[in-house]
Amino acid sequence: MESYLNIDHVSIDFPTANGPFRALDNVNIQISKGEFVSIIGHSGCGKSTVMNIVGGLYQATEGGVILQGKEVNEPGPDRAIVFQNHALFPWLTCYQNVELAVKSVFGKTRNRQQIRDWTLHNLELVHMTHAKDKLPAEISGGMKQRIGIARALAMEPKVLLMDEPFGALDALTRAHLQDSLMEIQSDLNNTVIMITHDVDEAVLLSDKIVMMTNGPAASIGEILQVDLPRPRQRLDLADNPDYNHYRSEVIKFLHQRHARKAA
Amino acid sequence: MNDKLIYFLEITGLNWFVPLAKIAGGEPVGFQFQQLVKMIGLPLVAMLAFLFFWHLAAAKVDTSLGQLPGPVQVWEQAKVLNEEHQAERQRETDFYQRQEQRNADKLAKNPEAEIKVRDFNGRPTFIDQIWTSLFTVFVGFLLASLIAIPIGIVSGLSQNLYNAINPLIQIFKPVSPLAWLPIVTMVVSAVYVSADPMFSKSFITSAITVMLCSLWPTLINTAVGVSSIDRDLLNVGKVLRLGYFTTVWKIVIPSSIPMIFTGLRISLGIGWMVLIAAEMLAQNPGLGKFVWDEFQNGSSNSLSRIMVAVLAIGLIGFALDRIMLTLQKFFSYDKTANIR
Repeated sequence: MESYLNIDHVSIDFPTANGPFRALDNVNIQISKGEFVSIIGHSGCGKSTVMNIVGGLYQATEGGVILQGKEVNEPGPDRAIVFQNHALFPWLTCYQNVELAVKSVFGKTRNRQQIRDWTLHNLELVHMTHAKDKLPAEISGGMKQRIGIARALAMEPKVLLMDEPFGALDALTRAHLQDSLMEIQSDLNNTVIMITHDVDEAVLLSDKIVMMTNGPAASIGEILQVDLPRPRQRLDLADNPDYNHYRSEVIKFLHQRHARKAA
Repeated sequence: MNDKLIYFLEITGLNWFVPLAKIAGGEPVGFQFQQLVKMIGLPLVAMLAFLFFWHLAAAKVDTSLGQLPGPVQVWEQAKVLNEEHQAERQRETDFYQRQEQRNADKLAKNPEAEIKVRDFNGRPTFIDQIWTSLFTVFVGFLLASLIAIPIGIVSGLSQNLYNAINPLIQIFKPVSPLAWLPIVTMVVSAVYVSADPMFSKSFITSAITVMLCSLWPTLINTAVGVSSIDRDLLNVGKVLRLGYFTTVWKIVIPSSIPMIFTGLRISLGIGWMVLIAAEMLAQNPGLGKFVWDEFQNGSSNSLSRIMVAVLAIGLIGFALDRIMLTLQKFFSYDKTANIR
């Protein structure tokens, strides 16, 4: 069976003074529609590179990315990206930031009222309607990332790419946003690829965890299916033996078999 | 209302008046008074000290045109220059009145009569020359900005283009306006040939010289500003599949506005300095020509009058910089940034 998103034997070389440097080697991931996939690994292992290739910002040297039977090799709104540092335009209000995305994607197919409604709908989805007229500098880091997520969702992407979306946030804010993300996910059932280095986050949110070996020439070490029932509750899972099993699997992979040689 | 006034004063760089506005708004007088002393009192003391030492030093220097003028003589000449301006304006009004009267009389006698309307041909006064200079520098600066900002944006977006033109920029940037002037003069004389020229050649020569010298800071600052845009913001543009011009308009220009304005401010400052030299040599009827004429004139008042021009040049340069600063603050998205 053809998968929804196929990251097909992707390798990438970066040119350096000493010849090409192979960052990723033969990365192969199949993702079904509506699946939530986390990619986890030590920093510098190339997990962001995988995401940038899917997003079309980098070109794979070998292999390619196939979305719904078509190869994708340039960026586009069907693969919206949530950036680690939110990447909101600081001169636009929250509303305008989302609106810019909506206008660029749907400007030709929807009228002004529809664009406005859709923008507000996405702000409501991340519970940020109250701050819609504020500038990004006037709201907290967690709120900025909510707007970043709203902007990405507003593009109605086929695949939502999240590059360590909560990495820059404190633990409590992160938990809030994870809960919000799960809530949104249960409504929309998007296909998501999330880059993370947080084991709990990966197990809590994912259907599938892709664990990557260390670079250079990083590749996939193991793929772990997370078969926990949804909706998942952070508190209930804390004592759940399955949850703890998955968690320890990931930890063992990261810190036993593929520990970093020098921190 | 008071908040708006304070915001206006802050954004225009007139911070000195903020304490006064706050006192008027009913804030505690003590602290605001201290601020007032700091902001107005200290510069005032420095100014008075400067005037005092100027007065002492000037009395000790004798030139072939008499004693170097002190603050008092300069102030006298400033008043004289203003009076001359008023007198000249009066003569102009009288001239046009007489002409109108004469023509009306002619027409009354003979409705077929051919009437002549002549322009007033008076000497440009000091104030007229200030306006000429301002107009010239504005035209030169505008031309420079129209060329420098687009090139800066394009070369900021393309590292290869920047590498290609960078040596040219570095070579032409340090060239003095005096070196450009003869070339510009000859080129303008050769190219700008018209029976009824809209602008005088001396004006065009000065404006182009200003342009050539004030191009570079804007160009370099724009290029640096554009090339240091957050990569993620450009990636957002790529994900949204924005076209080149939309990217420039929606992302590149807004995020590099502060740097562009920094460049524009430096450019305008340089343009104003260059203008005076250019006008001296090109004989464009502006402040530069005023200084030169007074120098050639060599009356006992000349040095004082030149000194008035020096102070006027300084004050206008300061005002221009303040205007640019205000525009910069107004257009920058980050209103809290400390720009000075």
